[in-house]
Amino acid sequence: MNKTLKSTIWILIAIIGASAVGSIALNRGENINALWFIAAAICVYSLAYRFYATWIATSVLILDDTRATPAERFDNGRDFTPTHKWIVFGHHFAAIAGPGPLVGPTLAAQFGYLPGTLWILFGAVLGGCVQDMVTLFLSTRRNAKSLGQMAREELGALGGTAALIGTFSIMIILIAVLGLVVVNAMKHSPWATFTVSATIPVAMLVGIYMRYIRPGQVLEASAIGVILLLVSVGGGRFIDEHETLRLLFDHEGLTLAWWIMAYGFAAAVLPVWLLLAPRDYLSTYMKLGTITLLAVAIIMLQPHIKMPAITPFTDGSGPIFGGKLFPFVFITIACGAISGFHALISSGTTPKLLSNERDIQIIGYGCMLLESFVAIMAMIAATVLDPGVFFAINSSAGVVGTEAVDAVAKISSWGYPVTVEQMQHLAHEMGEATLFARTGGAPSLAVGMASIFGSAFGENLLALWYHFAIMFEAIFILTTLDAGTRVGRFMLQDILGNFWPKMGETSWTPSVVLTSGLVVSGWGYFLYIGVIDPNGGVNILWPLFGIANQMLAAIALCVATGILIKSGKLKFAWVTGLPLAWLVIITTTAAWEKITSSDIRIGFFSAANDLTEKIASGILPPAKASIAPQLIFNLHLDAWLTLFFVGLLWLIIFDMLRVCSRYLSGKAVLPLTESAHIPSRLVEEWARD
Amino acid sequence: MINKINTLWRLIRRLSGDDAYEQYLKYYDRHHQNKVKILCQKPLSKAEFFKQWQDEKWNGIKRCC
Repeated sequence: MNKTLKSTIWILIAIIGASAVGSIALNRGENINALWFIAAAICVYSLAYRFYATWIATSVLILDDTRATPAERFDNGRDFTPTHKWIVFGHHFAAIAGPGPLVGPTLAAQFGYLPGTLWILFGAVLGGCVQDMVTLFLSTRRNAKSLGQMAREELGALGGTAALIGTFSIMIILIAVLGLVVVNAMKHSPWATFTVSATIPVAMLVGIYMRYIRPGQVLEASAIGVILLLVSVGGGRFIDEHETLRLLFDHEGLTLAWWIMAYGFAAAVLPVWLLLAPRDYLSTYMKLGTITLLAVAIIMLQPHIKMPAITPFTDGSGPIFGGKLFPFVFITIACGAISGFHALISSGTTPKLLSNERDIQIIGYGCMLLESFVAIMAMIAATVLDPGVFFAINSSAGVVGTEAVDAVAKISSWGYPVTVEQMQHLAHEMGEATLFARTGGAPSLAVGMASIFGSAFGENLLALWYHFAIMFEAIFILTTLDAGTRVGRFMLQDILGNFWPKMGETSWTPSVVLTSGLVVSGWGYFLYIGVIDPNGGVNILWPLFGIANQMLAAIALCVATGILIKSGKLKFAWVTGLPLAWLVIITTTAAWEKITSSDIRIGFFSAANDLTEKIASGILPPAKASIAPQLIFNLHLDAWLTLFFVGLLWLIIFDMLRVCSRYLSGKAVLPLTESAHIPSRLVEEWARD
Repeated sequence: MINKINTLWRLIRRLSGDDAYEQYLKYYDRHHQNKVKILCQKPLSKAEFFKQWQDEKWNGIKRCC
């Protein structure tokens, strides 16, 4: 293609992108078509990838395709294997895309569609993608070392310890909040509970098939598993309509929470082949399949967005979570814009497969763009609902009242009309008893997806689509839950092994049982508190998760900025330094508000004090009074945890600044640990086939 | 067209790990053909290989939020 044509095409993309972003941003009062979102996303991503990512690759990182990657140098035919870039892309995307980008945008839609959408688009291209790409590059140049190792070797012991503690704590909070999302989706819903429980024996069956019946026949086993999962979605209806069977699956939130904890413990102790690995296969197929289906449905259907661009809740009075637009939209949408967790995959895991450095751009930057696109679709699915319905599903009883009449009156009074009949009709269509106060994001996303799928592929299957969407979310939430518990167990064993070497043996049963138990009680505690919290728990746990995740991202960006400066690239340090500064601003502001705010829906301490006063004056109903002391203790714990996160963050920032200023003033710093240049000898044909 | 379907199928098999054992045999051949006399244990059987491959694959952080 000649040069003029190319530039014309890019100018066209820029114009379309600008007008799409413009019409999303400036549209007021009228319905806007979801296609604008898709167009804006695709244009912004293409431009960012073509220009910004390419510039980072060629001018900042200076990718070198003649250099042998760790996969080539340590090729052992197993974990280190040079692999074709699209295969690595698939693995990397499957690893980074979890339930986070689906839940975050759904919750943040309470501010209207605009703030979340802009943050997803620009946070990703300037922050998240850069973090993933730079981390992938740094780890590739350092024999596929993990983020923690790089932090220790490049910044010092403090950085390494901070990364380790950060990873462990984010894991605990993440699992608790995801557990809460699943519990809220299954509460008093026999259909959803049956379908979600059925995924466990189905996964075990697939595991046994792959291991013993037909060893290594991965696709065959997975196909059987996927069919069984779909059957279990349909089977749930039978259970739901059966008078005695439905009672078996009709439970309170607390009962379900205990079951989830028992499941998490079992999954961490059982061998991986039996539950974890096959479940992961199934969830990966479900994830990729459903996301593709959703994209196709949105493009076919071109639904209208019914949520206004901006709601009055930007002032901090939102029913889903308390807190002003700044900084809470940036905390609520972590994955999808920037997610520290990705740095753990980009370092250590993916570099072992990379056959050539030049693939870093498409894998590091490109995968995150795709993840961001998933977040945009979640935003569309949340905002195609009537705002009244959206708020009725997502507002907890503590905010709008337990009676349907009170709830609709309150929500309608905000200017988002909704009626009891409308909600009953919707619940009936979805095959649920009620959709009021189904907090956590999963049910409203499922309703959104079901209505999109229903309109695109057949209205009469709404209930099936709804439970399919619930199953789809639950299956990979549970995968994250058991994989996370297991990783937490390994980390704890590793730490305890420093004091008592026997504890560090990953297969010593007493150690396995003890550490798994500790990890499960860690997240189980937060899950328990979330479930008994009259405000739904998400209000407390999700911001905590966001802060923890952004803190981990800040650690990764600190390592990256430190290394850039130590490599003499001070003038490019803003590439990671700017997103870092932004993360520090938002996490610190959010943490400050969570700790000091006098609004009881935001500040942990003020909420605790408020409860203490209410107990003292005896105005709490007995049911609430009995759990109040636990809630107060938990609020204090959350406050201290937030303080701890933000303290850790500042500690590592100062450590990074210390290293950089020593380097810049010519004093001794830890040497760069980049491995030497060894020319690649890979012959294109076999390595990249 | 058939070529494209074949490529896609190969991609799916590679991504899912369905062909991991074939890849392992290829790797084995490549690295052992010159040294037949020196070491060589026989390559692992498919079931044995799959066990090791699966257990190794799950060692470490593999999934995200």
